[in-house]
Amino acid sequence: MLRYIFQRFVGMIVVMFLVVTIVFIIVRVTPGDPAAVMLGPEATAADIAQLRTALGLDRSILVQYVYFIGQLLQGDLGRSIFLDQPVLTALAQRAEPTFFLTVFSILIASVIAIPIGVYAAYRRGSVFDQAATALAMLAASIPSFWLGLILMQVFAVRFGIFPVSGYGGPDTTLGVRLYHLVLPAFALGIVSSALIMRFTRASMLDVLGDDYIRTARAKGVVERSVVLKHAFKNALIPIITVVGLTAAVLISGAVVTETVFGLPGVGNLVVSAVLRRDYPVIQGALLIIAGLYVLINFAIDMLYLVVDPRVRY
Amino acid sequence: MTDIVSPVPASERSKFLRVLLRRKTVLFGLIVLAIFITLAILAPLIAPYAPNKLSIVNRLKPPSAQWIFGTDEFGRDVFSRTIYSARLSLLVGFAVVVLASLIGVTLGILAGFFHKLDAPITRLIDAMMAFPDILLAIALVAALGPSLTTVIIALSIVYAPRLARVVRASTLVIRELPYVEAAHALGISTPHILTRHILRNLLSPILVQGTFLFAHAMLAEAGLSFLGLGVSPEVPTWGTMIAAGRQYVGQADWMTLFPGIAIVLSVLSLQMVGDGFRDLLDPRLRKDL
Repeated sequence: MLRYIFQRFVGMIVVMFLVVTIVFIIVRVTPGDPAAVMLGPEATAADIAQLRTALGLDRSILVQYVYFIGQLLQGDLGRSIFLDQPVLTALAQRAEPTFFLTVFSILIASVIAIPIGVYAAYRRGSVFDQAATALAMLAASIPSFWLGLILMQVFAVRFGIFPVSGYGGPDTTLGVRLYHLVLPAFALGIVSSALIMRFTRASMLDVLGDDYIRTARAKGVVERSVVLKHAFKNALIPIITVVGLTAAVLISGAVVTETVFGLPGVGNLVVSAVLRRDYPVIQGALLIIAGLYVLINFAIDMLYLVVDPRVRY
Repeated sequence: MTDIVSPVPASERSKFLRVLLRRKTVLFGLIVLAIFITLAILAPLIAPYAPNKLSIVNRLKPPSAQWIFGTDEFGRDVFSRTIYSARLSLLVGFAVVVLASLIGVTLGILAGFFHKLDAPITRLIDAMMAFPDILLAIALVAALGPSLTTVIIALSIVYAPRLARVVRASTLVIRELPYVEAAHALGISTPHILTRHILRNLLSPILVQGTFLFAHAMLAEAGLSFLGLGVSPEVPTWGTMIAAGRQYVGQADWMTLFPGIAIVLSVLSLQMVGDGFRDLLDPRLRKDL
């Protein structure tokens, strides 16, 4: 088992290394001089030359790459020129809304999707099953930013139950700030529930056909217990995987949703960085988010070892 | 349709079509899709107004007989703009499917067929898939500068690895089948085996994934345009229309409502068709054929 963990760990490091390389390349394929693009048309040649030195653009691409990796290993993601602060600080300051938005959305998605998925599989082919499958397909077709706007129109503008946008300002209590996340979290949660529901249903269908379910029924185990204890427990692995991966995907959904609701999160930071061509921030955000995805993947693999006693490598 | 009523013994293809069309969701999806394609092609004939025709006196008019979807903040007809937007959304979706398939299928076949290339390509695919789709697209558009071509290239780079993964998995299976071994034994050249024997059998998974990819690409394009990172704001797209309507939430809800419904319907129809393809083409599920 240790050998398996070690192999997965090495694999993760290789992928991380490639992720870093891809990010390095993306930021450097910009046509023209990034320093000139960042400073805009009114910059003087001296300003551009100064920024080129500050960003290390005056050195060869290989030297830049080695320097980039060296800085990363020291936990240095560079400095945002526009915000005049280290990228890591800028990201950390905006992590709270994004973190809670992702957690809430995952909770909402799971609470909607898992019970429906389990019941749809249990009543396979019924009207409920067909309706659930159709609804899941519909949910997967809705852009989260549009759903966010619709929820805003109805629950914030018309009924005034939730704030229209923003995050309540820095002096407000956590409770008030989290209240601002209800609508965006529902917008993201509903859209993400589709995938979780389909996986739950498929996974339950697989398990419900197994011999030990028939045995349990033959022994006279109560139906509720057969479904929830015998089947659901064994169907959990794919469900955990999809919930974990959805969490990672949600971070990108948050990019657009945060813009809709004016939430000062990482997504909003990325969008404004793109509009301002603030490359160090784009680079840093890409690295952190892709890195998190790779880590979540690794964590899911490790979780298998705990959840499923059949998984022994 | 003649295939369906033909008394001639049905070939595999017409049988496939018949079973496919018997499913209500697939039929619904195909009809909606056909309507969108027709609207996109015939937009100049169907749209009652030019998509960019300004009429400030008529700004923010609610839906009525004159403007069935209402007007926007510049008095432009939302219905005409919604129809014209279908052109760009469908074009982006289609172009992304073609380009992503070219890249993804090539990478997938190479990884699946040649042992030595498998590890490096698979690792690259893993690394590419670590980036959430819209975020990677945003970064690429930021690097290359926003334009229609950039959006298509960026989304193709984003979705090609997803297709490559599926193609690699299928190639691994097909490579071991007896007829491929026989082709090897007969001395048939590798390029010939790859194109004639492998690629041909990959068409089903490519078709299924391509349909879903079309839907994802349309959603992603709408997201990029909404953020102002897609095509030029003068070109009407569903994403830019919703972005403009955002300023008028509670005041002119029709500005966001109709383009949004257009996105949902078109993406939903593609998913329904894709689902039908998958169920019928997956050997484990194709009980009907």
